[in-house]
Amino acid sequence: MIIQMITRAILLGIPMLYGAVGEIITEKSGHLNLGIPGIMYVGAIGGVTGSFLYENACGNSIDNMSPFLSVFIPLMCSIVGSIIMGLIYSFLTVTLRANQNVTGLALTTFGIGIGNFFGASLIKLVDSDMPSIALTKTSQFFCKELPFADELGWFGDLFLSYDFLTYLAIAIALVSAFVLRRTRVGLNLRSVGESPATADAAGINVTRYKYIATCIGSAVAGLGGLQYVMAYANGVWSNNAFGDRGWMAIALVIFALWKPDVAILGAFLFGALCNANNYIHGLGVEAQELFKMLPYVVTVIVLVITSMRKKREHQPPAHLGLSYFREER
Amino acid sequence: MAKQAAVEMKNITKRFGSKVVANKNVSLKAYRSEILSILGENGSGKTTLMNMIAGIYFPDEGQIFIDGQEAVIASPKDAFSYKVGMIHQHFKLVDVFTATENIVLGINDGKYNLKESTKKIKEICDKYGFEIDPDKKIYTMSVSEKQTVEIIKVLYRGADILILDEPTAVLTPQETSKLFDVLRRMRDDGKCIIIITHKLHEVMALSDRVSVLRKGEYVGSVNTAETSQEELTEMMVGKKVDLNINRSQPKDIVERLVVEDLSCVDRQGTTVLDKVSFTANAGEILGIAGIAGSGQRELLEAIAGLQKNIDGNIFYNDPNTGNKEDLIGKSPVEIRNLGVRLSFVPEDRLGMGLVANMDITDNMMLRSYSKGKTMFLERKPPKNLAEKIIDELDVVTPGVSTPVRRLSGGNVQKILVGREISSIPTILMAAYPVRGLDINSSYLIYNLLNEQKENGVAVIFVGEDLDVLLELCDRILVIGSGVVTGVVDARTATKEQVGLLMTKSKEEIAGDANE
Repeated sequence: MIIQMITRAILLGIPMLYGAVGEIITEKSGHLNLGIPGIMYVGAIGGVTGSFLYENACGNSIDNMSPFLSVFIPLMCSIVGSIIMGLIYSFLTVTLRANQNVTGLALTTFGIGIGNFFGASLIKLVDSDMPSIALTKTSQFFCKELPFADELGWFGDLFLSYDFLTYLAIAIALVSAFVLRRTRVGLNLRSVGESPATADAAGINVTRYKYIATCIGSAVAGLGGLQYVMAYANGVWSNNAFGDRGWMAIALVIFALWKPDVAILGAFLFGALCNANNYIHGLGVEAQELFKMLPYVVTVIVLVITSMRKKREHQPPAHLGLSYFREER
Repeated sequence: MAKQAAVEMKNITKRFGSKVVANKNVSLKAYRSEILSILGENGSGKTTLMNMIAGIYFPDEGQIFIDGQEAVIASPKDAFSYKVGMIHQHFKLVDVFTATENIVLGINDGKYNLKESTKKIKEICDKYGFEIDPDKKIYTMSVSEKQTVEIIKVLYRGADILILDEPTAVLTPQETSKLFDVLRRMRDDGKCIIIITHKLHEVMALSDRVSVLRKGEYVGSVNTAETSQEELTEMMVGKKVDLNINRSQPKDIVERLVVEDLSCVDRQGTTVLDKVSFTANAGEILGIAGIAGSGQRELLEAIAGLQKNIDGNIFYNDPNTGNKEDLIGKSPVEIRNLGVRLSFVPEDRLGMGLVANMDITDNMMLRSYSKGKTMFLERKPPKNLAEKIIDELDVVTPGVSTPVRRLSGGNVQKILVGREISSIPTILMAAYPVRGLDINSSYLIYNLLNEQKENGVAVIFVGEDLDVLLELCDRILVIGSGVVTGVVDARTATKEQVGLLMTKSKEEIAGDANE
């Protein structure tokens, strides 16, 4: 029971972890990308479209499908889709110096729209009775457990029973924490987010860092969408099922104080909190909604505590949300 | 053979937009083993010119030569490759980074090893006599420490052409002389030092040669030894300027503001003012001297009703009614409703004094928004006032509807002081009103303060330049770490005397009191 609770929390937390790590990378460059929810939608629908086309090309028979390609194609489609979203965001905010909040919110609306449009189109193509599309064959490849997981009892269940995207999420979070803290690239990126004028005067290409960080961040966030569809939802896409996980990811960024490694634990906690209503019996529909509020309440509490302690290291990047132009006087 | 110039600029022109010409056809040279001052009034294009050598801006016309070779400096990175380093007036440092992290930022020399870098930084410090802790975070540093980090930053990159933009604007006299020692040592080490400034006595004390700019154009260069302050001022302004402040004898002195045992605790819980008592008289300028951050700001804010957690008494003698009002613990609105005409020119002009993004008229309205009779704002009177101030104080602006942030520092200050004076105050408080201003604007502000004094206003002037304080004020109140360390007569006191009072410690004061 407890093991099941934890694994469930981790599974729920992983899409948020992807989104949060992607947003942290982006925010470290000074970009407040509120388009993350939309980008995660695009990442999800990209993967769905890719695998749909591949499954069709193989005649909808699992025997014809190569394990490598059936993972690789959706993965690439998802990443390309999210990077295009990141590029749109960077182009608008860096090159055209548009307002970041407005651009981000527009991208979210746009991304969700794109997701639902393609989703609905695919559903129409298969002529299914249900308003959803099932890519269970592809999902099987995504969900391959480690071979010896079953033999190790609770240990295997707790640590080894996940899909590879879950492990990838944790790896990405740890690697980005290391890069941000311990490498020159990380130092440069942080300086761009803190004070682009300083970075510029130090000879760092601010524009390039902003573009690349935003695109990498978007790609990472998009994987969260893919993981949700392929692993959590077993390959079943239905419109709007992804819900507000993107916003939750942005709350998680604040909760984690802009630290990817802290975000791992935060994601599991958020996952557990999201799931809490299922473990308390006798809750009405309305009370469940109240319980779903818990992650946000926790975020608010963390915000209050950190702003009371006022430690400068725990604040968002100083130049977050502002555009930079060298010759501005 | 003539000496090879380290930096030579030929016919440089730089425009911003189609109208503003920041530099026009400027040519100048700087040599190694020399300290060159770039002197000019506010907005004369000194910083813009130097930014072109540092790669921040790119010239529209003209050429730059480094050691005789033509150099294309399109970015700060290019500047580093020519060994040019610039220390900007507004420090370019990342607050949450340590000194070391800031210094190595942007350098690509193979391995990323902060320990190695720290060692190298220590070597530089030893060589030139800097004192700095490389692991200290920038936001915990004092201004002069930050400046040191900036200088080490360019030295670390191997710069041998150093440009400093108004380096002394934020330093105490002691810190300034320390900086000058370091600069002289670097000059003797064969480096080419360029310093941008408008402080004449610094030019005379430090530099070997002076190049003067006026309204973006090059006026000429002279050897410091062969010139005088008067000649330089004339080159800079284009006409003779009287460098004397006409201080009149105060007459009709009345006690206007009596502060008794004023104590103030800031948000961190530190005592910033400790039982401060003094009197400000009408018809007199009371100077406040002290090392930056000794409680000057809190003192003025406490009087203006902007500080909480204060204790003591602030009595105001109303000249019209003769009433005595206690202002302690009252908000600015309550103070105004009492009929106290208090004007405050805060240190942070664009933060507390004016709203940077609003135009001049709207900024005037900040003082009069509640005056209209209807629910709509009356825009006419503030607009007239704005026009009057622009006209009387020679504010350089395209019009009354220009956002204040577009104006240069001197013009911003004129607008702020103009607005505060226009309300016909009985008390005028000004904190560092000439910080960052050129000579002409500074003297204009001094004269305005003098005029107010002659009109019977109690003027409180917080200043950093002791020479000016001694020349302008009638009495000087010296504070150190939130305690009054002495009140002197500005007509008889010496600079050394005031300097000594500034650094007096709490224990010494307590000792004096016990005697």
